[in-house]
Amino acid sequence: MPGPSDALEPSTGRKHVAVAGRLFVAPALIAIAIFFLVPVVAALGLSLTDFDIYALADRRNLRFVGWANYGTLLTDPLFWTALRNTAIFVIAAAPLSIAVSLGAALLVDAKLARFRGLFRTALFLPVVTTLIAAAVVWRYLYHPRVGLLNRVLAWFGVAPIDWLGDPTWALPAIILMAVWKNFGFNMVIFVAGLQSIPPRLYEAASIDGAGAWQGFRHVTLPMLAPTFAFVAVMTMIGHFQLFAEPYVMTQGGPANSTLSVVLLTYLEGFRWWNLGYAAAISFVLFAVILVLTVVATRLRALGGGLDAPEAARGGRA
Amino acid sequence: MSRSARAIAVNAALVLAAGLTLLPLAWMVSVSLMPTGEASRLPLRLLPSAPTLEHYRTLFTRLDVAGYAANSALLATAVTAISLVLNSMAGYAFAKLPFRGRDALFRTLLAALVIPAQVGMLPLFLMLKGMGLINTYAGVVIPGLASIFGIFLVRQYAQSIPDSLLDAARIDGAGELRIYRSFVLPACTPILTTLALFTFMGTWNDFLWPLIVLSDQDRFTLPVALANLLGEHAQDVELMMAGSVLTVAPMVVLFLALQRYYVAGVVSGSVKG
Repeated sequence: MPGPSDALEPSTGRKHVAVAGRLFVAPALIAIAIFFLVPVVAALGLSLTDFDIYALADRRNLRFVGWANYGTLLTDPLFWTALRNTAIFVIAAAPLSIAVSLGAALLVDAKLARFRGLFRTALFLPVVTTLIAAAVVWRYLYHPRVGLLNRVLAWFGVAPIDWLGDPTWALPAIILMAVWKNFGFNMVIFVAGLQSIPPRLYEAASIDGAGAWQGFRHVTLPMLAPTFAFVAVMTMIGHFQLFAEPYVMTQGGPANSTLSVVLLTYLEGFRWWNLGYAAAISFVLFAVILVLTVVATRLRALGGGLDAPEAARGGRA
Repeated sequence: MSRSARAIAVNAALVLAAGLTLLPLAWMVSVSLMPTGEASRLPLRLLPSAPTLEHYRTLFTRLDVAGYAANSALLATAVTAISLVLNSMAGYAFAKLPFRGRDALFRTLLAALVIPAQVGMLPLFLMLKGMGLINTYAGVVIPGLASIFGIFLVRQYAQSIPDSLLDAARIDGAGELRIYRSFVLPACTPILTTLALFTFMGTWNDFLWPLIVLSDQDRFTLPVALANLLGEHAQDVELMMAGSVLTVAPMVVLFLALQRYYVAGVVSGSVKG
């Protein structure tokens, strides 16, 4: 491929670099604009129409309905169920997964630990497994009669639980599976965070008479605060997008107890072809994620300023 | 607690945690090798009485799993190759080729990271339907052509390329495309490996979009085919586990071979996120 190849004067050189820069970003930005940003804006437009299977067949059946889809949403029990389930999933699974990640990171990073690399790999493995395959496997682990979980629980005298068939247990079962699948990701981030804490902070703390717990409370936690903030926001956003687990394991049941917002969007949009209504649902989800992200970022800015002890902050050169 | 007692406690906890984590995967492999029906029988067996490959044979001969694997491999390779070129060019330019409005453009791009991919899905589907790309491989590839996260990763890495090196090449008369190919790409090999790994695995593992776009069974990717298989063979535990093994195994192998790059990517994505 021939390129502009003359050595140039400094001023024309800068201009030529600028031209090259624009040309270099263009393909990626055009792709992102056409196939991501335009559809997002179009989704807002779509959510203001009654686009359904008739409009899919013939665009003349398409009508502009203003905010009517959003009005319908507010009175749609299915939407509220999906939002409630998704909220429970986020509120339970995200902190649980972060706590497990932190625990695993502390163990893997412990000075006394042996074969750290091996353990880290083992704990990380669920992250790279295909979600659909993992969901299929867990579907059988949760089988009421022959599933491994109930068989193991039977040794302890626990009566069989119909994990995925009982509205009380189905969502917790999906939460447990999601924690297993995801915790390794944040564990790796926490390990990197732990390794960036200067050892002299722990030495200083122990000279001041701090025990292991106090060292954790006053050095580790404050030093991990920025990592925490990042991990919390990203984990939350990820968990709002729950879809494949209920799709494979429960199809949203029983009694809609595992119906998530994205699953409802999929069903409304691609199963029942109510694309206008589905677009409204996806926009509400986007708004919720956006608001929470902004709040979390603000809280982090606020908390970062108040919480971190001076010693810890000074240590972060 | 004495030091040795603590060492035992830490390592015992690690063994327990790793065991629990690997248990579902080990169980998947073990059941996939059991004769039909053995996983459902009582008492519980953890290992097959007589290991058999019959379910793998069924998958390959009767259920065309090789075809699905080929679809998955083809799509993952295509997305990886195209997006690697587009992301690396853009990431390099955002790091090293200043033009007016560049940094504002990059900030806008980063802000768009907060938009969940599902929001644009419905109009994208209609758009591709209008272009006749529904139920085609191209339709699956299109949303993955370029990624904001990929551009971000490359930009972060390319910033460490010394300007003097690029300027020297320019004085020697090298064109920008040549500089990109002969200096920038080699210098960015580690991050490009990471990005290739992320993209390949992400595309291979993706479910929602191929599920929406593909309707012909011959074009299904492995995850879509696996979910479809569950519809007809839900009772056949051993067969479903063999299918899961085949879907997961390439990712596990790839990860084990290149895990250094994978972990580096996870961490560097979180540093300035």
